[in-house]
Amino acid sequence: MKIVVCIKQVPERDARLRIAADGKSVDTAGVATEINESDQYALEAGLRLAEKVGGEVAVLLLGPDAAEEAIRRALAMGAARAIHLNDAAFQGGDATSTAKALAAAARQESPDLVLTGLQSDDAGWSQTGVIVAELLGWPSATLIMEIEQPEGGRIKVKRELEAGWFQWITLPLPAVLTIQSGIYPVRYATLKGIMGAKKKEMKKMGPADVGVDGGLVGTAGRKVELKRLYVPEKTAAAEILPGDAATAAASLVERLQKQAKVL
Amino acid sequence: MGAIWAVAQTEKGEPKAVSFETIAGAQKLAAALGASLEAVVLGAGVGGAAEKVAARRVDRVRVIDDPKLDPYAPDAYAAALHQAVEAEKPDYVLFPHTYQVRDWVPRLAATLDAGFISDVVDLRADGGEPVFVRQPYQGKLNADCAFTGTGPRLVSFQAGAFLSDDAAKGDSAAEIVAQGVDLSAVEVRTEVLETFQEVENKVDLSRADVIVAVGRGIGKQENLGIVEELAAALGGQLAASRPVCDNEWLPMDRQIGSSGQTVAPRLYMAIGISGAIQHLVGMKNSGTIVAINKDANAPIFSVADYGIVGDLFEIVPALTAKVKETRGT
Repeated sequence: MKIVVCIKQVPERDARLRIAADGKSVDTAGVATEINESDQYALEAGLRLAEKVGGEVAVLLLGPDAAEEAIRRALAMGAARAIHLNDAAFQGGDATSTAKALAAAARQESPDLVLTGLQSDDAGWSQTGVIVAELLGWPSATLIMEIEQPEGGRIKVKRELEAGWFQWITLPLPAVLTIQSGIYPVRYATLKGIMGAKKKEMKKMGPADVGVDGGLVGTAGRKVELKRLYVPEKTAAAEILPGDAATAAASLVERLQKQAKVL
Repeated sequence: MGAIWAVAQTEKGEPKAVSFETIAGAQKLAAALGASLEAVVLGAGVGGAAEKVAARRVDRVRVIDDPKLDPYAPDAYAAALHQAVEAEKPDYVLFPHTYQVRDWVPRLAATLDAGFISDVVDLRADGGEPVFVRQPYQGKLNADCAFTGTGPRLVSFQAGAFLSDDAAKGDSAAEIVAQGVDLSAVEVRTEVLETFQEVENKVDLSRADVIVAVGRGIGKQENLGIVEELAAALGGQLAASRPVCDNEWLPMDRQIGSSGQTVAPRLYMAIGISGAIQHLVGMKNSGTIVAINKDANAPIFSVADYGIVGDLFEIVPALTAKVKETRGT
């Protein structure tokens, strides 16, 4: 079984974010990064399935040179090889123009299954995987919490619905699944994996390589423009209790007793 | 200009409450742009839902009623609304940002080659091009977004962005019209086998008076002891945000948030929880909220009453000691 997992490099969860001089983006200088959380789960799900039924997992990432760090990590976790959509034309896209690039690259691979995380921790559109499915002409299912082995050309998956409801559905392959965080515990890269990753193929590709018009991807192809990025004004901000741990703890207990009257 | 459409989501023939939030947002946009507002109800046997929607102040309700729309399937939903949009050419099509909408509306955006601004928390349309506000980077930042180019424009509103009570009622019921679609050629590729609820929550956190919830900031399972001690000292229940349960540090039945339990105890302590919207919706109605986090900019501080910024591994033991001393335990 051939599986392509789309991953994205994003700032670490706890990273302090500064707005760049253009007022429209985050200054990435010195910001620690990681593979987008739900994409890590997508990669884990892909690796497990390939281990069970046999086959190969390739990772697909759109991003600049610096995103090679995320690719190396994915290869160290067990992906066989990587496709890196790395070209100025790919940058600055919205969900639509990013999906057009990813779909073009995925089409060349003719996989049985494309997996993505359910949404990115930075832009958070929660659209890209499903748009990729439509562009490929494939069915899709979102918020997947369990995947069974394919049978007779169909795959059975468990979807998370709202308010504690779930659903088992089947769909024919090839298909796109977007993976919910928590599907399976994510493996760590072993030392052997890290050493092995250095020998794995990492193919850098531009629009012409994947057969997509440069005017449809990145900034040129976007239909949504980010006008301004800014730190939100706090509305009902908390009273922040100052001092060292013991002092702050004592002020808190006093307030919980006397003001809030909950102790 | 073309109309603004607010697409209602139905469940068992009833409009979901978030549909009225979408109508409230659509009323704001329609007023600012001087556009007509139409609600769209799609499903199978949704005549009753359409009547409830028609009571709100909308110019018209379009009903797309087709047996192929039950049970829900992304192929059929996207095809149905695609046909309707192509026929009527609305300028804006607005949705609630539900799990179901995430499942099919990106597909619609692709078939229409339309821009889709998802998970919007506010909109401004004070003359000129409307601006839609999103909260990227886990809610740490705000982003003003606008559409470029032509074609239909799709928008989804985050739950709570507008209040369903604000969706003004009309003086009289709006006209209901059938919107014809032909889904005979649509192949529904997904097949639903079973829809079910996981076994009942073993721990009912909704009855707890005091909840001490722990998040990703705890780092690893072995560190949970200090939070358990604080919960014990307060006589409260231990709970968690989603990442803690995803990592299997605590069982799923301890999870607070959109995919877990919704709670409103007298006292809620959030330890090492940054406060992503998925968590906040599960606890924001708590009486008194305390947040302990190392990041002063964490969104949790915007819903908290009291906050301590710093290292939870120092603060929590100090707090436990002070609580024990005060309560004489």
